[in-house]
Amino acid sequence: MKTGDVIKFSARALSGYPTRTFLMILAMAIGVASVILLTALGEGARRYVTNEFTSLGTYLLIVLPGRSETTGGPPPLLGETPRDLTLQDALSLTRHSAIRRVAPITVGSAPVSWKHRDREVTILGSTEALFEIRHLSMAQGRFIPAGDPTRGLAVCVIGYKLKRELFGNQSPLGQWVRIGERRFRIIGVLAKKGQSLGLDIGDLVVVPVASAQTLFNTSSLFRILVQANGRDAVSRAKEMILATIRERHEGEDDVTVITQDALLSTFDRILVTMTLSVAGIAAISLSVAGILIMNVMLIAVSQRTSEVGLLKAIGTPGTQILRLFLAESTILSLIGAGLGVILAYLGTWGLARAFPRFPFAVPIWALGAAVFVALLTGLVFGVLPARRAAKLDPVEALSRR
Amino acid sequence: MIHLAGIERTFLVGDEAVHALSSVDFTVRQGEYVAIMGPSGSGKSTLLNIIGLLDRPDKGIYTLENLDTTELTDDQQASVRRHKIGFVFQFFHLVSRLTAAENVELPMILADVDPASRKSRVKAALSSLGLSDRARHRPDQLSGGQRQRVAIARATIMQPDVILADEPTGNLDRTSGIDVIRILEDLHNKGMTLIMVTHDPALSQRAARRVQLADGNISSDTGGF
Repeated sequence: MKTGDVIKFSARALSGYPTRTFLMILAMAIGVASVILLTALGEGARRYVTNEFTSLGTYLLIVLPGRSETTGGPPPLLGETPRDLTLQDALSLTRHSAIRRVAPITVGSAPVSWKHRDREVTILGSTEALFEIRHLSMAQGRFIPAGDPTRGLAVCVIGYKLKRELFGNQSPLGQWVRIGERRFRIIGVLAKKGQSLGLDIGDLVVVPVASAQTLFNTSSLFRILVQANGRDAVSRAKEMILATIRERHEGEDDVTVITQDALLSTFDRILVTMTLSVAGIAAISLSVAGILIMNVMLIAVSQRTSEVGLLKAIGTPGTQILRLFLAESTILSLIGAGLGVILAYLGTWGLARAFPRFPFAVPIWALGAAVFVALLTGLVFGVLPARRAAKLDPVEALSRR
Repeated sequence: MIHLAGIERTFLVGDEAVHALSSVDFTVRQGEYVAIMGPSGSGKSTLLNIIGLLDRPDKGIYTLENLDTTELTDDQQASVRRHKIGFVFQFFHLVSRLTAAENVELPMILADVDPASRKSRVKAALSSLGLSDRARHRPDQLSGGQRQRVAIARATIMQPDVILADEPTGNLDRTSGIDVIRILEDLHNKGMTLIMVTHDPALSQRAARRVQLADGNISSDTGGF
């Protein structure tokens, strides 16, 4: 029997029982669609986290004062007080080849007032490097100008939310606001960019780092953000930071350097595992579809017993009957898988419309795996009914009507 | 051409062994017209099934055109059925979802006949049986006589040497029964061997050779040798 004839014959057999065929295709389609959809959700979550980290800054290293001991070991005999990070520490890092930008950061909270309006706001002291490192963008005006970081200019950049609350629709550029005991001239407004890992960019004032230190009467830094010169330079930059600070801090390793890549890859691993396990759960629905196909094919075989008997009588070998029934379940799962893929894409499209901020994506591997598993299920669960058909005794099969 | 020697066939019904055929010797020559008769349970259908290779004897040797069929594999037996044997059943056994033409085409699909010649052969077979206008009808849209004619067209489309008919008129009214018998006799006149199981004495009288079975044995044979 030619392949084309096998397919045609099986397709005719399927279209001869439309309700049954439709239900089996539906079961398979739902199985495939749920695998793809759930994987798309997981992949979306992974991308979401990755994007958040990227918006934190690219090739970022964060230098924190104090050593976080993660390896255990005996506690130091003499209590050691970690040295503060200073602006000079930060500036000393800029001279290395692996490091592109350095943004020292001081954080505090102070009342900001203009005319009679008054708000308690987070004050961030930094340099112009912060703009590039954190991928900020301006709604109005410009960011803190480049220049000697040790000189505290009386200028500030405010978040869009603060601008709205203090100034309404008026332009704040050039206005003087009072922050704590000092006066600053507004030179720019930050554009709306959303929440960036816990820090609301809208509700914020950025001032030159030296001004912030004066404002809060401190010489220490909250942390230092360092942007490496590319992905390969991250580990080199980390070494250099540790070495430089150790040298400056009289041989003490009293800072912690967190690389964004390490965080990111941890999250990445967690989320990939999560996606796979969710896909695995969805795969159960595929196997349920497979069992359904087996059941219905078994019913089909017993309904078509006399047909099988006839096929044998007119000279169909058992192996050919096996092929015919396997072709049927394969066609079923193929159509089911195709429909499932369409359903899944409709679903992700709908979800993407409903939650535009969440980056839903169907990974290609999930698509391939779902369709492959569907075909495999159809074949595996089709074998039992097909074998039963092939083994039917023709005389007995024909005696049934 | 058909030669059975010492054929035995036993069925287990519950705990009891029923000898459907016990030590049957039977020979049919090319071009014969044989009617097999006997009461129900006498083994006539079993004999026909063994001749048609649908059933295997428990004992004995069956040679078909000098070929020892007991040695053949399932695939080889299927091939013999495909090319040398045509079956006509009491209950027609047409595939209900296929049209008359598709039912007739089925054996040629199995035998890998070229699609182009398939269509013309189906057309010729149907028109020779007066079914041209019924080609696209499904079995449930046909009368009993028409269904049996479609079944005969299917049985003969591969030009077999032997036609095995199991009560071909058993489910038909008198006139369409006579029609069907005439068609089968026509095929016999064109040289096909016709073996027909029937319990209708009027029908068996038309055959040149009559074989009577009783309790799994041949009790009389008008043309035996």
